Amino acid sequence: MWCCKQKSMKTIPGGVFMRKTECLAMILAGGQGSRLGALTKKIAKPAVPFGGKYRIIDFPLSNCSNSGIDKVGVLTQYRPLELHSYLGTGGAWDLDRNGGGVFILPPYAQEKGADWYKGTADAIYQNINFIEITNPEYVLILSGDHIYTMDYSWMIESHKMNKGEATIGVIEVPWEEAPRFGIMSTDKKGRITEFAEKPSKPKSNLASMGIYVFNWKFLKRYLEEDAKDSVSNHDFGKNIIPKMLAADAKLFSYAFDGYWKDVGTIDSLWEANMDLLKENPSLNLHDPLWKVYSVNPSLPPHYVASTAKVTSSIISEGAMICGEVENSVIFHGVKIGKGAKIINSVIMPFTNIGENAYIEKAVVAQNCEIGSGTKIMSEDNSVIVVPEGEIVLAENSNKQVG
Amino acid sequence: MGIIDLQENDKLIKEMTAKRPLAAVPFAGRYRLIDFSLSSMVNSGMDTVGILLPTKSRSILDHLRSGKDWDLARKHDGLFYLPPAEAENGLRNGDIQSFYRHLDFIENSSQKYVLISGSRIVYNMNFENVLRFHQNTGADITMVYNMESTENTSGGTVIKTAENGLVQDIAVQAVTYEDAKVAMGIYLMDKNVFTHIVESCFSHGGTNFLIDGLMHVDDSYSIYGFKHDGYVARINSTASYYKASMEILNPEIWQEIFMNVDRVYTKVKDEAPAQYKKNAKATNSLIANGCVVEGTVENSILFRGVKVGKGVHVKNSIVMQKCDLQEDALIENVICDKNVVITHGKWLKGASNYPLIVEKGIVI
Repeated sequence: MWCCKQKSMKTIPGGVFMRKTECLAMILAGGQGSRLGALTKKIAKPAVPFGGKYRIIDFPLSNCSNSGIDKVGVLTQYRPLELHSYLGTGGAWDLDRNGGGVFILPPYAQEKGADWYKGTADAIYQNINFIEITNPEYVLILSGDHIYTMDYSWMIESHKMNKGEATIGVIEVPWEEAPRFGIMSTDKKGRITEFAEKPSKPKSNLASMGIYVFNWKFLKRYLEEDAKDSVSNHDFGKNIIPKMLAADAKLFSYAFDGYWKDVGTIDSLWEANMDLLKENPSLNLHDPLWKVYSVNPSLPPHYVASTAKVTSSIISEGAMICGEVENSVIFHGVKIGKGAKIINSVIMPFTNIGENAYIEKAVVAQNCEIGSGTKIMSEDNSVIVVPEGEIVLAENSNKQVG
Repeated sequence: MGIIDLQENDKLIKEMTAKRPLAAVPFAGRYRLIDFSLSSMVNSGMDTVGILLPTKSRSILDHLRSGKDWDLARKHDGLFYLPPAEAENGLRNGDIQSFYRHLDFIENSSQKYVLISGSRIVYNMNFENVLRFHQNTGADITMVYNMESTENTSGGTVIKTAENGLVQDIAVQAVTYEDAKVAMGIYLMDKNVFTHIVESCFSHGGTNFLIDGLMHVDDSYSIYGFKHDGYVARINSTASYYKASMEILNPEIWQEIFMNVDRVYTKVKDEAPAQYKKNAKATNSLIANGCVVEGTVENSILFRGVKVGKGVHVKNSIVMQKCDLQEDALIENVICDKNVVITHGKWLKGASNYPLIVEKGIVI
């Protein structure tokens, strides 16, 4: 089940020994996440806080670490400062390893000039040098904006058993939602016969999770071809996979049946947070064998005062709760004043909520000051967002912020 | 450099120190006692810390490991373990012997000053102020004390100082009274002074650094007392442990100790945030990450990974790591050590001045 077996040693320029890697993971973390609006004004989507103490990128990173993958490239581009400093040397995910660990890969300048990553496939293409040095058998492509816990080693195992050239992670979605996803049709053995991006009349309800295992040599050939194609969007879903299918390559599906959610929009981010509050949440964050790691803020257990009332919620370290919290996610270092009421909301790190404030169905980003007596809720039952560092006072509340 | 002396007297807190030194006793929902002195040292810019290990040292080694969580896993300096000295012909005990065995470590270090501390006291202090005081007064030795606000029957070291802070008397007393200046076991001195005291004390047959060393230094050394104004809790008995734990529930003290710019560090466990279910009810409590609360928690401290089942009532209690309180159980004035299971419907009650202690791993 270990997917990083040591094979042979290879010296890279600089004299560092790097072991032959069985599987290298590449996390696409450069997206702007424009559909998250106000939440991603200052930070990249993978750095957006989630679930009381995490950031979105903790999920794929922890999955890699727990699946025994010890070399992970993180491709960054949009607003990378906070993301880079959060990743550090990767120690929080046990990925500060000799000759491995986390490699941060932002776009860089070459002799001919500098280029941004033009798409998911182009981002990988521009890092062919890095991958060649790592010298992997397989490359696992992940995305930095999904919430799930998954053991990739089983997927790689299945890829090997099928002797496939590529394996795509798929999940069953409700039929009515299928038109929002990339939909796969497969034969009985799981071999992919057809792929349709956001089909209006889906032939199946197996959606692509944006998780791919490729034989590196096979993928490299397609990336090089795609780079020459001037009309291509350089995107895995739109270009690379259809080209592979057209060439009748051996593409297999790997069905995942756990919790998986794309948190690319405000609504889905809010929903995914609310999913954690169910009596029996389908995403188990308390599994001692599959911990989701994150950078530790060194804060004490949270304090609930005698005036507090907390039900169906999750609350993290360093929070001080003096008011009422119902069905909400409270991050570390949040203060909630006496008489305040928080319902169906997500309050991100170090936000202060004044006394007698009322917040319903809102996502309040980090370091906000919500004045006493402020009322924050939307009139049309949509999720209301308060962007990072905002100061909201009672007199100008109830407006649509962000 | 800092040295934390873990060879401490733990006779009055037996139940919790049967298998661990006092320094490793869990405190405040997430920490172990050693975290407070160690974090204060780190936050004061001290990057060499020697840990004088007690004989029961496994839990300390497991807790501190490389020192990474305290930022002490460094190329130069960092965390050093000083194992206890074996008593030759078993005649002596006490910390002087261990200090003496490790004098070369202190002599070889590049630092000028030595700060000695124990681990039984809970505080969050920046020692830079102590150093400034030490330099301004021109003291040879500076000892830190605080003013006790209440009578304490587990005793302590009481000092008398002149107006300028010069220590005139040091006495170990069985009971300390209100407004006494009680030493906190923190001593700052030049490393040559320290070496000299340890050497002369050892060669004169001394065993204890405070009693045979400091109290008997010749008059050529001047000792000054530095007053610490912040919160201090001395843990030397079960009663004082329970009292200090309940004091941490005071939001002002919680704020002062933990939400300071200088944080208190501990071993990271990567637990998920605490989860409250539909019928949960919690008031005036500290609840750590990894807890799942379905019952009622009142004036209590829940450590990491505690499960409070449906219909459970926890009152005035301290429940340590990974305890499982199953449906309809009730505990009041109880200290549950790690991994205790209280099965369905069991009721346990201690007294408010003498809590009931359930030892590690017991199933009731």
